[in-house]
Amino acid sequence: MTISIDPQKTNNESLQPKGWLRYFSFSLDHKVIGIQYLVCGFLFYLIGGTLASAIRIELASPMSDFMPRDVYNQVLTLHGTIMIFLWIVPVVNGAFGNYLIPFYVGARDMAFPRLNAVAFWLIPPSGLMLVASYFVEGAAQAGWTAYPPLSITTPQSGQIIWILSVLLLGGSSIFGGINFIATIIKLRRPGLKLMQLPMYCWAMLGTSLLVVLSTPVLAGTLILLSFDIIANTGFFNPVLGGNVVVYQHLFWFYSHPAVYIMVLPAFGLVSEILPVHARKPLFGYTTMVFSIMGIVVLGLVVWAHHMFTSGTPPWMRLFFTIATAFIAVPTGIKFFNWVATLWGGKISINSAMLFSCGFIINFVFGGITGVALAQVPFDIHVHDTYFVVAHFHYIVYGGTVFIIFSSIYHWFPKVTGKMLNEKLGILHFIITFIGFNLCFAPQHWLGLNGMPRRVAEYDPQFQFVNQISSIGALLMAISTIPFLVNVFLSVRNGKDSGDNPWNALTPEWLTSSPPPVENWEGEAPLVEEPYGYGKEFSEQK
Amino acid sequence: MLNKNIYLILIISLVFAISFWIGFNVNLLPAEASINAPIYDELFKILFIIGLIIFIGMTVAVIYSLFKFRKRNDQIGDGIALEGNLSLEIVWTIIPSIIVLLIGLYSYNIYDRMGGMKELNHNHEMMSSNTEKIWAGISQTSDNEIAINNLSIEVSAMQFAFLFNYPKGNFISGELHVPVDQKVSMKMESKDVIHAFWVPEFRIKQDIIPGQPTILNFTPTKVGKYPIICAELCGPYHGGMRASIIVEEESDYNEWFNKNKKPEVNL
Repeated sequence: MTISIDPQKTNNESLQPKGWLRYFSFSLDHKVIGIQYLVCGFLFYLIGGTLASAIRIELASPMSDFMPRDVYNQVLTLHGTIMIFLWIVPVVNGAFGNYLIPFYVGARDMAFPRLNAVAFWLIPPSGLMLVASYFVEGAAQAGWTAYPPLSITTPQSGQIIWILSVLLLGGSSIFGGINFIATIIKLRRPGLKLMQLPMYCWAMLGTSLLVVLSTPVLAGTLILLSFDIIANTGFFNPVLGGNVVVYQHLFWFYSHPAVYIMVLPAFGLVSEILPVHARKPLFGYTTMVFSIMGIVVLGLVVWAHHMFTSGTPPWMRLFFTIATAFIAVPTGIKFFNWVATLWGGKISINSAMLFSCGFIINFVFGGITGVALAQVPFDIHVHDTYFVVAHFHYIVYGGTVFIIFSSIYHWFPKVTGKMLNEKLGILHFIITFIGFNLCFAPQHWLGLNGMPRRVAEYDPQFQFVNQISSIGALLMAISTIPFLVNVFLSVRNGKDSGDNPWNALTPEWLTSSPPPVENWEGEAPLVEEPYGYGKEFSEQK
Repeated sequence: MLNKNIYLILIISLVFAISFWIGFNVNLLPAEASINAPIYDELFKILFIIGLIIFIGMTVAVIYSLFKFRKRNDQIGDGIALEGNLSLEIVWTIIPSIIVLLIGLYSYNIYDRMGGMKELNHNHEMMSSNTEKIWAGISQTSDNEIAINNLSIEVSAMQFAFLFNYPKGNFISGELHVPVDQKVSMKMESKDVIHAFWVPEFRIKQDIIPGQPTILNFTPTKVGKYPIICAELCGPYHGGMRASIIVEEESDYNEWFNKNKKPEVNL
């Protein structure tokens, strides 16, 4: 495979719009597509965040008084669906994957640029359709899990639009996954070995395997569910002899790996960020690779831990306890390695570093409650309570979203050639970190003491703790202001960053910032040691 | 070097001491009102302490690194070119594996003591056929129980209420009354969507599923009134789907039971 030839690029380049207009075009440039994913995802994050604020306002008082009860259920369903399928999954996979992977493997573009553009352009219409379903008879209101029979008996139009939208987003995700696997395996620059790839490539390889293996199961399940709704079939409808527990197995066969689809890329991104700002090689490269693959394999066989209180027999409960708890081992290895990467470094305390360290602390906490939740007897009390809500927000917000922000601070100069303002960045981190922990830490106590999840009203004895949580949510909402101000100011008149402001050694920094359309003026450099800090730094500089 | 090791040992013992102190002195759980509850709380305490040790340890390591190894203004260049350490990797693979395995075995033991591994059967006089498949639940027993004395109750859940059928008394109640220190055996089924039966003070929960009966056995140990909470999203009024369980002395319970009892009608 030679990298200098890329027929699509050369044929189409003259047809592609230039300037900011290209972000609204069917661009085939992986860098443009990456930014399209990121900005589109962030807009949906703002919508999902607004819905989250509505939930916290409702829960500031024990009565259901802020919005009608059925609207509350629509809001929580849309919040979950948007945050997962339109913000986290597209951003950690699509945005950073598309922008970085071709650089990391030394290619000029992804393996299938047109498929790549199709994958992105599926997202805005399906997302808008999902949001718009609120105005047609009301949006889906059975939660993002859409368990039948509830999803069969609630108003149909919202549920059907929800299914269609998730199917399209799942398709987009599969297209992306195939593209990443092909690019990482087949488009590597000659001479670049697999074990020399930056860690994010490994994370994306593992993630894409999970996407390709598990997303079709979700698609099939949702198609069967839509038959039950539209055509009165009885796959999951108990009135017609269907089995509601089978749906849960099929759903979680995708949706547990979906957790790893959301966190593995974040593990990859943090592995790129920490060595640069700590000025040290990534500690334990080989074990990091094996632990990613370990998580991929184990991640496929733990789904039933979401069903310990459903219809599952005791032996099944035990098997999934052990399998789930063992995921803590490869995950733990990664965290020990990151701390060891920091140890003995020359650490720049900047926004990217702070968000990454915040990620480590939050995720360790979420991981510990995760091991506890894996234990059947423990889970039986707290399942479907605010304890679980707190746990998974520690994983997906405290973990992945912190890394998304960290990555934006890290790669902003790469994309724009401008630096983000550090003071605003650190302010953003402090408000986010305090707000996040204030919002979600108290929810563990709520769950343990008797507050179920997905409720609009609750026992008045929980009011005080819920109000603390709502104040935390308010801080989280406020924290986006310094971030947005920072981005707008810096894009317009931020400090020039130069090509490589962090003196990083990974390949994307070995070209101009912002990079040329062809990624490199000449041939792609062969980076054999992407983490060679401390020894080759002087030569490469 | 010796000095460094002493500090390390001091810090580690401090982390352990703090974690144990918090684990034994901070109670995050509601009252214990069933045989299950103290067993659950024992597991919780152990997991809480182990979790605290790991969390405080990791947090201290991260914050210490940020302070100790931060780049001073006059510094240039990189940190040490340390790419890994095989023995360290082996240590932090094996130790967590052992901890996870021990936790798994311990929680198996806890689950067994809660009755989770016992064969599920509902010794119910009115059970229609013994080929009926029971899907899941906890079959809790205590050592001093007398199996025949089981109180059998049939629970049906619907949007948005629980109904408790006392077959022996031939009546249905919206409140669950049970005598203290006696095993209660419930067979539960839903009439519409999935619901769940949760009593936080008992530390038990089981989904109530349409089309598939589930079993939940428990033994209350403390007289009082506790909430029964639906824990599975079941529609707009999910948050309001609650009932009460009233645990009372046997004499009070019998009085209540006899007051509600209806004569058997033989058709």
